[in-house]
Amino acid sequence: MGEFTLPRNSKIQPGKHYPAKDAKKPRTFRIYRWSPDDDKNPRIDTYEIDLAACGPMVLDALLKIKNEIDPTLSLRRSCREGICGSCAMNIDGTNTLACICAIDSVASGDVKIYPLPHMPVVKDIIPDLTHFYAQYASIKPWIRTQSPAPGKERLQSPEDRKKLDGLYECILCACCSTSCPSYWWNGDKYLGPAILLQAYRWIVDSRDETTGERLDDLEDPFKLYRCHTIMNCTRTCPKGLNPAKAIAEIKKLMVERRSA
Amino acid sequence: MNLRVGTDDVRSQLRNPMKLARGLGSAKSGVEHWWVQRLTAAALVVLGIWFVITVLGLLHADYAAARATVAKPWNALLLIVFVLTMFWHAVLGLQVVVEDYVHTRWKEVVLLVAIKFLAVLGALAGVLAVLRVALTP
Repeated sequence: MGEFTLPRNSKIQPGKHYPAKDAKKPRTFRIYRWSPDDDKNPRIDTYEIDLAACGPMVLDALLKIKNEIDPTLSLRRSCREGICGSCAMNIDGTNTLACICAIDSVASGDVKIYPLPHMPVVKDIIPDLTHFYAQYASIKPWIRTQSPAPGKERLQSPEDRKKLDGLYECILCACCSTSCPSYWWNGDKYLGPAILLQAYRWIVDSRDETTGERLDDLEDPFKLYRCHTIMNCTRTCPKGLNPAKAIAEIKKLMVERRSA
Repeated sequence: MNLRVGTDDVRSQLRNPMKLARGLGSAKSGVEHWWVQRLTAAALVVLGIWFVITVLGLLHADYAAARATVAKPWNALLLIVFVLTMFWHAVLGLQVVVEDYVHTRWKEVVLLVAIKFLAVLGALAGVLAVLRVALTP
């Protein structure tokens, strides 16, 4: 059956507390901690920091904690401007990018930070995305054609190019897929919203000539049809994209190519 | 069933992550299920409204009057269609629930088969009941 309780070694214990000294604008961060190097359960560490001496985003606070309070805190980050997708994490119950999530936008109270839900944890708030990336590679995310390559670039009309808007912006941060209960329960087979949005990006591309094969590969009770239009994906996308709509468009194409 | 798939699992099995991601490949089915689930849902909207109105009309009727209503040809026909559509839709819906939540393969198969058998039994019993009322004078 579905797992509705955590295994014993995943139950979260109370952790350390790092109080702030004479902070002008104090704010408390409660952060999930787990290390593969000891046999201890995960814990929640509490850090109080002075927002008067901190940048505006949650990522700024995390880096301040790592630099000034606790260098053992591990996290992924790279571009710090919402284009690389590295710092995807669960902030105050919602998957988003720490670098474009303003601390002030988190409702009053402590700022709670966890790794992306239902993924294996590498360390602290770093999830293991191996399977997610393998699923992405499995949909062959590149233009495939039967016709020989033209001498110059493959042309595309402005109207056809427009169809890629709202799709090409996806940075594969995995916020949507890891917010989807269907992906939690059946992520080994279900491709999840991010990968299905990417699949649709190639299905709808006017230059790709393997639309049929792409639909064939997706026509599966688990790969595609585990989507039950829960809509968490669209709600959580930090880039404001609509993976649920992309999935609906794939389902419509599946019906379109058969008899009603 | 390995629900939490990470680097460690894949490495310990000496397999490339792609092996698991591609799995057994596409079943090349699922559209039929999805489409029929929607068709039966649409039909049930109409049939459901008709059924509720018919039942409300029998609120203070006695046994003979209720029997006579069911025995009317259009009512009997629509009742049979309602029963069949409802069980069909129920099978499709329950199948999704079992596939979503039951991850022990043998339990999943037993449940899926049991649902289908029970639904056929229930649907035929319903049809038989309507026919008996409609066809016995």
